[in-house]
Amino acid sequence: MVEVVTASKMPVGETLEIRKRRISPEKITGKEKIISIVTGTHGDELEGQYVCYELGRRLNQERHLLKGYVDIYPALNPLGIDSITRGFPNFDLDMNRIFPGNKDGSMAEFIADGIVTALKDSALCIDIHASNIYLKEIPQVRINEIVQDELIPYAKKLNIDYIWVHGAATVLESTLAHSLNSIGVPTLVVEMGVGMRITKEYGNQLVEGILNLMKEMGIYEGKTIKVREPLISKEEGDVAFLNASAAGVFLPGTDHWKQVKKGEKIGEIVNPLTGEVLEETKAPCDGMLFTLREYPIVNEGSLLARILRRKPQ
Amino acid sequence: MKKETLFELKSLYRDHFRVTGYRFGRGQKSVCIVGSLRGNEIQQLYICSQLVRELKRLEQEKKIISGKQILVIPTANPYSINTSKRFWPSDNTDINRMFPGYHLGETTQRIAAGIFEPIKDFEYGIQFTSFYRSGKFQPHVRMMTTGFENVNTAKKFGLPYVLKRKPKPYDTTTLNYNWQIWESEAFSIYTDSIDQIEEESAQKAVQAVLRFLYEVGAVNEAVEKGEEPVIIEDQDLVSVTCPDGGLFLPDVGVGEEVKKDQPLAKVLDPYEGEKIATICSPVGGRIFFARSKPVTYSNTVVFKIIPRA
Repeated sequence: MVEVVTASKMPVGETLEIRKRRISPEKITGKEKIISIVTGTHGDELEGQYVCYELGRRLNQERHLLKGYVDIYPALNPLGIDSITRGFPNFDLDMNRIFPGNKDGSMAEFIADGIVTALKDSALCIDIHASNIYLKEIPQVRINEIVQDELIPYAKKLNIDYIWVHGAATVLESTLAHSLNSIGVPTLVVEMGVGMRITKEYGNQLVEGILNLMKEMGIYEGKTIKVREPLISKEEGDVAFLNASAAGVFLPGTDHWKQVKKGEKIGEIVNPLTGEVLEETKAPCDGMLFTLREYPIVNEGSLLARILRRKPQ
Repeated sequence: MKKETLFELKSLYRDHFRVTGYRFGRGQKSVCIVGSLRGNEIQQLYICSQLVRELKRLEQEKKIISGKQILVIPTANPYSINTSKRFWPSDNTDINRMFPGYHLGETTQRIAAGIFEPIKDFEYGIQFTSFYRSGKFQPHVRMMTTGFENVNTAKKFGLPYVLKRKPKPYDTTTLNYNWQIWESEAFSIYTDSIDQIEEESAQKAVQAVLRFLYEVGAVNEAVEKGEEPVIIEDQDLVSVTCPDGGLFLPDVGVGEEVKKDQPLAKVLDPYEGEKIATICSPVGGRIFFARSKPVTYSNTVVFKIIPRA
């Protein structure tokens, strides 16, 4: 069943609708839990599109194995997805900085309020992001340190490779995940892949994880796989950031998602005008290269890579 | 006057990115004035350029108080102005959401850090800025209620209104907020234009800053007395939302007095020209903010009204 959870009329002949599909079990007892899968807050992040499709496709064939409701919201920002725009068109603020929304604000804030209202009865929410167009990420869950005790057990069941517990920041209090966690809806933020692209391999990995988590929650009774054991980082110094020291064209010199050794070449920044190498980017430590720049043009400061430091045995 | 490059980044193919400051006087860091941080804030750039012109004259006439320093940064984002982008050209990030910045971080974090370092120790910080919603405001001084705000100092501009706003999470990375956290008295000034130069409004803003400089003892040329401002809290403003999407035709403008139930605007069907909604004022008062675009979504704020006491 497809339902419009909130809507707003646009100026000319169009209504903006946020749609969800509810997949219901064949037998309803009245005690079913709801798991919500949401994506598309940033219009240039498309990895979640495949996850929504593939999860829906599989559950179409396995409804008899469902014991709870699965609500799929593939597009929280339909205008952004349609116009290949990261943000909400005609609105300055990042849509993931205006939650829980405001009925008396701008249209984007009104829509955000409607989204939170629609999700408030979920037993769990999974908010799927891709990276932006500049970086490629391995499948991971990011968790605010404030809610780590509650969320890490869920994240471990999601068949992802890495759990990054990050520090709290006031500006993050206006994300969808923070807003839902604050009203008692455990919400996991998944980051994987790259903007404007779909990586089916990652999508399939996450779908298996979502089914596994649903099984653990008593929402699904089908076969599931043995999930991966994710790496977990909790300390601020666990992650090394490599930022460009020069403006130029970044040429990666290694593969994404691999172990690297201190001093190993990650890539180089070159100047096509002069034929010079401006910077040789080297790993500052041993560890796993979990973020790698995808978009070649860089300014000074552009993020090139992130490495999860290997801890001494 | 000393013209300085306060921050510089090399580019692959463009001229260097430079933030240029104009320093007047020496000694105590008294007042810093920052213009456009976004590429469409042309009125804000213009106002600062006029202030530089005035301060040059005051310096020649030896009217800058000895021991006081004034710094003007007409824009901290020439790259975006030159490419007609509101935000940073390559990744669309907003420099005014990156403060206090991080000198080892991403590009706009570095720019924010590069700007903030030379300006964070001024006693007073003034920023000419624009709002995240499209529309016109009554000219006003805006300050965030961080515990460091001082209404009495804000009155020295002589603008008709001082607005106090409780910061939201997304405000905590703005220049104004961080100035206050670093214990500068910070003020954002909103005029009624952004991407067009409006001379009358710009001159009022220039006079307001010159009045402020005189009142805080940074210059010794008096300016005609300004208005005794009305102090308002953001939450006291009455929001008027549009019930329907369509063509938006306002009947009233910013600054006008309105009565309760008075029609404020019409919404027309964009195809057939018929009126589909009349937006009426829920209270008597004065229009503080009005939407300026000729089309509107439903469920969006189109007016903010200062209710009559």
